[in-house]
Amino acid sequence: MAIFLNKESKVIVQGMTGSTGMKHTKLMLADGTNIVGGVNPRKAGTSVDFDGTSVPVFGSVAEAMEKTGADVSVVFVPPAFAKAAVVEAIDAEIGLAVVITEGIAVHDSAAFWAYASSKGNKTRIIGPNCPGLITPGQSNAGIIPGDITKPGRIGLVSKSGTLTYQMMYELRDIGFSSAVGIGGDPVIGTTHIDALKAFEADPDTDLIVMIGEIGGDAEERAADFIKAHVTKPVVGYVAGFTAPEGKTMGHAGAIVSGSSGTAAAKKEALEAAGVKVGKTPTETAELARAVLAG
Amino acid sequence: MDLFEYQARDLFAKHGVPVLAGEVIDTPEAAREVTERLGGKAVVKAQVKVGGRGKAGGVKLATDPADAVEKAGQILGMDIKGHTVHKVMLAQTADIAEEYYVSFLLDRTNRTFLAMASVQGGMEIEVVAEEHPEALARIAVDANEGCTPEKAREIVEAAKFPAEVADQIAEALQKLWTVFIKEDALLVEVNPLVKSGDGKIIALDGKVSLDENADFRQPEHEALEDKAAANPLEAAAKAKNLNYVKLDGQVGIIGNGAGLVMSTLDVVAYAGEKHGGVKPANFLDIGGGASAQVMANGLEIILGDPDVKSVFVNVFGGITACDEVANGIVQALELLKSKGENVTKPLVVRLDGNNAELGRKILSDANHPLVQRVDTMDGAADKAAELAAAK
Repeated sequence: MAIFLNKESKVIVQGMTGSTGMKHTKLMLADGTNIVGGVNPRKAGTSVDFDGTSVPVFGSVAEAMEKTGADVSVVFVPPAFAKAAVVEAIDAEIGLAVVITEGIAVHDSAAFWAYASSKGNKTRIIGPNCPGLITPGQSNAGIIPGDITKPGRIGLVSKSGTLTYQMMYELRDIGFSSAVGIGGDPVIGTTHIDALKAFEADPDTDLIVMIGEIGGDAEERAADFIKAHVTKPVVGYVAGFTAPEGKTMGHAGAIVSGSSGTAAAKKEALEAAGVKVGKTPTETAELARAVLAG
Repeated sequence: MDLFEYQARDLFAKHGVPVLAGEVIDTPEAAREVTERLGGKAVVKAQVKVGGRGKAGGVKLATDPADAVEKAGQILGMDIKGHTVHKVMLAQTADIAEEYYVSFLLDRTNRTFLAMASVQGGMEIEVVAEEHPEALARIAVDANEGCTPEKAREIVEAAKFPAEVADQIAEALQKLWTVFIKEDALLVEVNPLVKSGDGKIIALDGKVSLDENADFRQPEHEALEDKAAANPLEAAAKAKNLNYVKLDGQVGIIGNGAGLVMSTLDVVAYAGEKHGGVKPANFLDIGGGASAQVMANGLEIILGDPDVKSVFVNVFGGITACDEVANGIVQALELLKSKGENVTKPLVVRLDGNNAELGRKILSDANHPLVQRVDTMDGAADKAAELAAAK
């Protein structure tokens, strides 16, 4: 089963012919992802060879969907053009758009989110500024390394790419149903809550690991959601206890403003919802291990 | 990026939000001429990026040009909540009848923009929100529809602004929205928005925060940066395109990925509790494909920080392979040596993930006297804290 992405997913890459797009399309193919096309209006009609796999380039998302039946798009388009790319994906009503691009202006991400909402959210957006998602052994849509771990029964949702990798590595012997990097920007499409809801409904997931970081109140709201709707065990980790007020810590959304968005408040909210929260990534992995061992 | 009041005022004026005349100066003597230009009296306002300056004595009325020189002299150099006043703005005096509040900002929770407005302006809006939540109107503004005349009217009605200023405030709101959109702002706030004795609406004080991710289409924003106030290490890091934040501890931190680096700071702080309370000295994310040059740039910044007693390099090889990272560290140390830098601070390196074994072997083979390998994140943090405490 897994969530949002499986071996049936037909994936296209917006921005495939750029250097980042080329590099990661090759890696996604190596992980078994069914990549059916790339999108670049200036190179429509050509194709790109990836170690013997020929991937056609289409002029638009709509054309790619019509000719291939694609239902997932991974977006590597640079920040200045990302809004147009996501709007195009929304207009084409593709089921899932995974926006990897880092550094998109907030007015652009707020605009494409508002646009998606006005169109009835037919396109699920993951990101921006995220590593994408992987369903090990089935498909990989983004830049998460495919060889860290194997299929298993842990579901992972995280704001941070490298902490996703770290956690997958710590629990690599158990394996993951899906791991979703939702991104560290102030405005993101898919939230912790969306992923929690999907993992709760996923018969292949026994335990959920949720990674948060400073900024906003997404973790607090996820805690409320867990309390009310999640019956599966959830183990959590929050980064940024030592972050000073008013400083952006790498991710555009990772900022403590006044007394809001602190790691301590997030940890407290999660613990109040019955989530076991680790002090370090390693301790968090140990907690997950202990819960699964019963 | 938060702006000074005078910069916010300039942006307001640029987009037609009604403001009073004002000029910014950095010496007391300059106040004389400016005050004469402003009609003989002025309000002297400290330019600091922190609230509560009025209570701290950072805003004074000058009744004539000589008085302005004296008041500017009192305020320049003043310390307001840890911020030294380097500039004051002299502004035209206003005859204030009423004080209101309006702002546009990003509402992260609802992933939309938000207008806030209140007839209770002039005090901290957090206090209004806390004590009189009913007096603070919050109206969502769709990013694509914007603050239309109808939306402006809706905000005015929700905040219950008096009928005689409703049209003026609605117009000011639309102009303020233009500032918000055209300048890629995360926040535009007017507090107070005043009604003058003769019934005019004026933005008397403002706050603007800009989105640095939009710099590519906002070439004028670079000039608004307060380069003088930046920490010198942060400025040096920025010049090298490094994502660095100076902190007040002793363990220098280098890692890849914002989340992992934030986590590394926390893990070091926990470990430090057992070692005399040492703390992380900085945040530094060298990103995914950390080349030897990037690693060298990062190490150079961190080793140049006199507070740093030990360095913790924490890398998880995702797409980037750990052998490349290990080579990067070894080459970075050679690069620094060839530049004549005398590196004496111990480095603790933890490599995990893609090709970790190869990477660890490269470090072991290089056998650099200052580099220690510890293969777990928690263990390496403990070692780095211990080394910093021992210095």
